[in-house]
Amino acid sequence: MKRRSAGLNAVSVAAMLFLYGPILVLVLYSFNAAHLSMTWRGATLKWYGALLQDEALLAATWNSLLIALVSTVGATALGGLLALGMEQMPHRRQQILEGGLVLPLVIPEVMMGVALMLLFVMLRMPLGLTTVILGHIAFNIPLVTIMIRTRLRKLDPMLREAAADLGADAWQVFRYVTLPLLRPAIWGAVLVAFTVSLDDFLVTFFTAGPGATTLPLKVYSMIKSGVTPEINALSALLLVVSMIGVAGSLYLQRREV
Amino acid sequence: MATFSTSPVIASGDSHPATSPTLDIRAIVRRHGSVAAVDHVSFQVRRGEFFSILGPSGAGKTSVLRILAGFEEPDDGDVLIDGCSMLGVPPNRRPVNLVFQSYALFPHLTVCENVAFGLKMRRVAAALIDEQVRQVLAMVKLTGKEARKPAQLSGGEQQRVALARALVNKPAVVLLDEPLAALDQQLRQAMQVELKSIQEQAGLTCVCVTHHQEEAMMMSDRIAVMHQGRMWQVGTPREVYENPRTLFVSRFLGVSNELPGRLADAEGDAYFFQPADSELPGFPVPFHLDGSVGRPATWSLRPEHLRISRDRPITEDPVLPGVVEKVFFAGSETKYLIRVGRESRWEARATGARSSTFAPGDPVFLHWALDAGRVFVE
Repeated sequence: MKRRSAGLNAVSVAAMLFLYGPILVLVLYSFNAAHLSMTWRGATLKWYGALLQDEALLAATWNSLLIALVSTVGATALGGLLALGMEQMPHRRQQILEGGLVLPLVIPEVMMGVALMLLFVMLRMPLGLTTVILGHIAFNIPLVTIMIRTRLRKLDPMLREAAADLGADAWQVFRYVTLPLLRPAIWGAVLVAFTVSLDDFLVTFFTAGPGATTLPLKVYSMIKSGVTPEINALSALLLVVSMIGVAGSLYLQRREV
Repeated sequence: MATFSTSPVIASGDSHPATSPTLDIRAIVRRHGSVAAVDHVSFQVRRGEFFSILGPSGAGKTSVLRILAGFEEPDDGDVLIDGCSMLGVPPNRRPVNLVFQSYALFPHLTVCENVAFGLKMRRVAAALIDEQVRQVLAMVKLTGKEARKPAQLSGGEQQRVALARALVNKPAVVLLDEPLAALDQQLRQAMQVELKSIQEQAGLTCVCVTHHQEEAMMMSDRIAVMHQGRMWQVGTPREVYENPRTLFVSRFLGVSNELPGRLADAEGDAYFFQPADSELPGFPVPFHLDGSVGRPATWSLRPEHLRISRDRPITEDPVLPGVVEKVFFAGSETKYLIRVGRESRWEARATGARSSTFAPGDPVFLHWALDAGRVFVE
């Protein structure tokens, strides 16, 4: 039996509360009947109903889903191929590329947003849905590549040799062995990329133009005129979708084959 | 008969001339940096033959197998299968199939799909695939487990799937990489018998790599002993065991009771071996090659040729005194560790009623038939 430390348990609970406390408050107040007030006036679902009546909000939802879908497909294709390509490179080059993949994840996202905006302006591309999608593909490629690469490196290289020994050419090895074994990692990467794209604010903020307002941008603009329970409800919905995405991804990554 | 050798087999020491060999390996070389992992290895395997490459780890035997499978290319030499050179032919176009040491079963496919893989890659008709997979699964006794995934099978069953997956393609040569190494002792012995009977029943040509000498001897028609990238001897299990060409082969294929010393001049018909240990008298040995008299040498004897007695035997055979040091009772036989001279320790075996005759500390006499011993000149 492991000995349990009461003190350590308490600190763990406190840390989780610190992390999830604000989110819990937000979700709770999305059900608050009171308008423009932090006092509790009983539970209601009317703010969720109000969301469905808001034309601008529905347009933003559509934009967000479209951007997330297209950028996820793009990033998964490019990132997956990059992961496969890296496997065939000399070790030294793999290391350099690995560093190059981590860098965009650690530099301030605002820099990434500004850099993308400058690039699009320089290329004289009008800011809009296309530029947002390109921006999202850019920041999702490292995520996808790292996730697929992790799985790829865990695959027994003997399996590919066994397939070749049994008569499979390079394409058949990929089609019948590598790809099926990578499938959980690919779907995991899809869910993460989709979630990250759906939630992104900064890169979207700098690369979006008129008519490309996404849900996070919409929340931000609504907040300028005060925090309404409607925003709470919208945020709660975004939160639920994100959590489902991340949970699904974790499940797929842990699953064997 | 005693033999003498200081050099490995360069050409195949094939005592049975092959009638159009299925597999013909000609002086292949494989270098890793400056080290030759495979150093001018040549051998031939006949159709239906079970050929084992036996050697310690790092001997280069796995490299030979990977060259045959096409995963590595030799730096020199040639590999011919049914008369066709395999140089430059990728693994998927070679008429060989490898049974991997780790089995390398596809974890996402069922037993049936694993076995069907090779046929599917060659676009064999589905009905034909079903029929052939069913036959081969019956042969390896896996009928009824078709729908299982590899993770749901025991080690022995996984081994059978790996074998079936190779056999179903009817390859010209089946390559086996330490086929039974991952199994526990009892299963391993049962599978040795089974693998051998499948091989004979299906008339398979097999090249098996192993470090397990008993396994190699039991299953093989011929054995090649490999060490430091070179092949030192090729022959039937009996030839290699009873007439090892080098001290390494002698030691690797079983227990070798040894004495260091040198060959002394002839006295009459016999030559004398003079042990380096001055406590021990010289004794006659059958014959030697010219020029080896006076050179350092090692004399060796298999334990089953060694006889023990309490009293000095009345015989013209060589006799040496010894002291029993340890007794190991192993059921069907008893093993004795006997000190000979100052520091040599020999193993002797006794079966049946004689088993418990000696105890540690007993002085004994050891004797053997004159021509049972072998001398290896350094």
